[in-house]
Amino acid sequence: MVAQMIEGWNLVIGIEIHAQVNSKSKLFSSSPTDFGSKPNSQVSLIDAAMPGMLPVINKFCIEQAVKSGIGLNAKINKNSIFDRKNYFYQDLPQGYQISQYKDPIVGEGFVEIETKNGQKKIGVERLHLEQDAGKSLHDQDPNFTFVDLNRSGIALMEIVSKPDMNSPEEAVEYVRKVRSILRYLGTCDGNMEQGSLRADVNVSVNKPGNELGTRCEIKNLNSFKFIHAAIVYEARRQIKLIEQGESVNQETRLFNTQSGETRSMRSKEDAHDYRYFPDPDLLPLTLDDDWIKGLQDSIPELPDQIKERFINEYSLSSYDANIIVSDKATSEYFEDVVKNRNPKLVTTWVTGELFSILNKKNLIMEDSPITSKQLGELIDNIENGKISNRQAKEVLEEMCESGKGASEIIDEKGLSQISDENEIESLVDSVLNSNPENVKKYKNGKDKLFGFFVGEAMKLSKGKANPKIVNDLIKKKLSQ
Amino acid sequence: MKDSYTLKSLAVLLENNKISSKEVTSEYLKKIESGKELNCYNTVSQEKALIDAEKSDERRKSQNLKSKYDGIPIGIKDLFCTKGVTTTASSKILSNFIPNYESTVTQKCCDSGLISLGKLNCDEFAMGSTNKTSFFGSVKNPWKSLNSDNELVPGGSSGGSAAAVSGDLCVASLGTDTGGSIRQPASFTGTVGLKPSYGRVSRWGIVAFASSLDQAGPITKTVEDAAIFLDIISGHDEKDSTSSISPKENYYENLNPDIKGMKIGIPKEFRSDKLPVSTQKSWDECADLLKTNGAEIVDINLPHTMSALPAYYIIAPAEASSNLARYDGVRYGLRVKGNDLIDMYEKTRSEGFGDEVKRRILIGTYVLSSGYYDAYYIKAQKIRSLIKSDYVEAFKKVDAILTPSTPSTAFEIANEPSDPVQNYLNDIFTVPVNLAGLPGISLPFANDENNLPIGLQLITNSFEEQKLLNVARNIEKTINYSETPEKWWLK
Repeated sequence: MVAQMIEGWNLVIGIEIHAQVNSKSKLFSSSPTDFGSKPNSQVSLIDAAMPGMLPVINKFCIEQAVKSGIGLNAKINKNSIFDRKNYFYQDLPQGYQISQYKDPIVGEGFVEIETKNGQKKIGVERLHLEQDAGKSLHDQDPNFTFVDLNRSGIALMEIVSKPDMNSPEEAVEYVRKVRSILRYLGTCDGNMEQGSLRADVNVSVNKPGNELGTRCEIKNLNSFKFIHAAIVYEARRQIKLIEQGESVNQETRLFNTQSGETRSMRSKEDAHDYRYFPDPDLLPLTLDDDWIKGLQDSIPELPDQIKERFINEYSLSSYDANIIVSDKATSEYFEDVVKNRNPKLVTTWVTGELFSILNKKNLIMEDSPITSKQLGELIDNIENGKISNRQAKEVLEEMCESGKGASEIIDEKGLSQISDENEIESLVDSVLNSNPENVKKYKNGKDKLFGFFVGEAMKLSKGKANPKIVNDLIKKKLSQ
Repeated sequence: MKDSYTLKSLAVLLENNKISSKEVTSEYLKKIESGKELNCYNTVSQEKALIDAEKSDERRKSQNLKSKYDGIPIGIKDLFCTKGVTTTASSKILSNFIPNYESTVTQKCCDSGLISLGKLNCDEFAMGSTNKTSFFGSVKNPWKSLNSDNELVPGGSSGGSAAAVSGDLCVASLGTDTGGSIRQPASFTGTVGLKPSYGRVSRWGIVAFASSLDQAGPITKTVEDAAIFLDIISGHDEKDSTSSISPKENYYENLNPDIKGMKIGIPKEFRSDKLPVSTQKSWDECADLLKTNGAEIVDINLPHTMSALPAYYIIAPAEASSNLARYDGVRYGLRVKGNDLIDMYEKTRSEGFGDEVKRRILIGTYVLSSGYYDAYYIKAQKIRSLIKSDYVEAFKKVDAILTPSTPSTAFEIANEPSDPVQNYLNDIFTVPVNLAGLPGISLPFANDENNLPIGLQLITNSFEEQKLLNVARNIEKTINYSETPEKWWLK
């Protein structure tokens, strides 16, 4: 559908991701950063910009930014500068945001994403640290806007991509990938619903071969769905304008999550002159080589490396590996289960049944009702032939409901498969002996009756007989 | 100064139980009352000062003193945030502001047992050199010209701090200096004003004017007192990222007036035909005196001196325009109601700020604007670097630099130039020191033909406050300047 819509058009997409640093205290003050606290309960004198207050850099946040930079294959700048971005707003107590302008802490890097045409490198322009603003509440009183400064001063990493994405799918994949890397590193919890990670998306369209079109920026998208929908809408809108002979205005737009439309927030002419200049309250930030090296050595295995390893070690398909490593908790879960088990079976159960349970219950892997140990136990029962795949699905459901282990449920329900050949042979004999007419018909060419015999034998075993052995034995007896 | 207390002399009297803190504090509260006409104080902490003095006396009785200077009453520039005491920066916009926190410097004063008599008048947000920009009206210089009854400016922006020490409305005071705001009023009032190296004293809790230049320091009656006061207020503060970790010294204990073998630089760029004859004479005499006392006088060059003032009037307003953005009527201070947010901002800031503050916010906003930033702000920063390197070169050759503190002595309030640029010239000798981040001290050397104090400025390399105080002490000891203004306000 999207492809049809943009047929004959190029889409050019660049993204700014705002990722909240996973830190207990703010970027320049010691206030806590807990989500959902009582309004204005996490505000220090510094966050409220009282007269004479001075910012002091939180070293932990610097560390997280550098780690993130390493995870994004980016250049770490040993010298960076904090600037003031000046503008007036009620939820910006200082009247300026401390950010990094000309000299960010992290320079160019890249991430690789999976596209329908294979791997694609998306360039990262920079990563810089900045303070978040407070929150304005416009719906609390008919005459006043209320301001909650709990977020004021919280550390954000702004990750700016190059305009390297050409479809909404690629854009979503890119954000997914960055989010995944940050979560692996532990530098951002990636919680989009709580606003820990949000994206500003720049979209422009042009005819192949023509120069780039005028871009619009869509602010503050906080789900993959919205990112996708906003880009689709925006591309359509711009194409329509151009096809009608009008031109696209460079502007900042907002996405309405209800209607799925974007609307103009401010045009380029209204853009603020932020009057950036180095913050004289903070010294330039200088990083030590050894310190950076220490962080490099502490970086955990990241999704691309794990994917590579899963493909080599467990012979996973690139597709399956990609799904499993996209989430840190999932890849850890998978590794727990796959130890000494059949990787193919484990992959099927994790990405199939387990994912569908999580989806149904709207849970993330961390909150899975089935532990890796429990799933392993279930798979063991399949592998050693105690239960069939179909039975295992029932057992899994029961496990979710009751929290009991697989073996316990199998025993309780008497689900254990009969795999003993002698026992099954007597069952088969009994079925064949009591249906001489059908045996005769089968032997005269009515092949379809084979299923009947199998069914009868299974019925007799109350479904517990190993179907493969039943099959084999019936085939053998009837061909005698 | 004779016949009045210094930190040093009062400490001895208190120690020998010749006087109690409560007695001396009451005495000063009376002096403040009878000196009301000078308009030195924005807030007098009458009750709190007496309670604190009583507590000090109790500590003395129980031999549990916070320091040798426990119980000595001082004044504090109304730019330092003081817990529970109105802090206005002499601006309407903060006229109702009572902080619930104490600045690092004033906390250090409390920790030494000093008693705050109250908050001293200054130019609004420390912007000015005559004290005329204060929302609470001009401070009057305790000095008057011979044969004239006209009131004189005390200098600024720490005009209240200087006048209060000069008129003996406190033993010593705290000021701040961004471009000369301690040294210039000290020079106009016959007091000693010390601006420490940038980073020597914490800026935490001081209402910011220009963050890269602001520095707190003492105004005292003697160089010895300046050393004592600097001991009290200096040192690293982890709450101020620009605070230096270089260790502080015991300035008073190590005060040594011996200058034999030192080299004192006289920068030729500070010479001017416009300099009053008496000021030039004092400058020359002081150089001779230092030579007599064993120093070598060396002519030096500070080639970029004349670019300092223009650079300063770009950098300081640029920082100020941003620092003062927080006074928006949203969280504290004055709020004038408006139809919407922007209207409220405009009304609050139009009404809350005075003309000079508005002028500097406008200049600062302009020079930071896109399209002008490189031409003004960046260029000014380059000049700043050149000025710094001038001094780096100079201090390879000399130990200290001697200059006049101001291009004139105190002038009449009525004669203040209406052209702001003329006014800015008051800081021409002091501004380069701030741009270079160096310590500087102004001390009275003599009185001119109108019996008005002439101040001379000494400058040393960064964090060489000890050397600075040593040379200053040498001069003080030799000349024994002891002029005090006639207390006309008591009549």
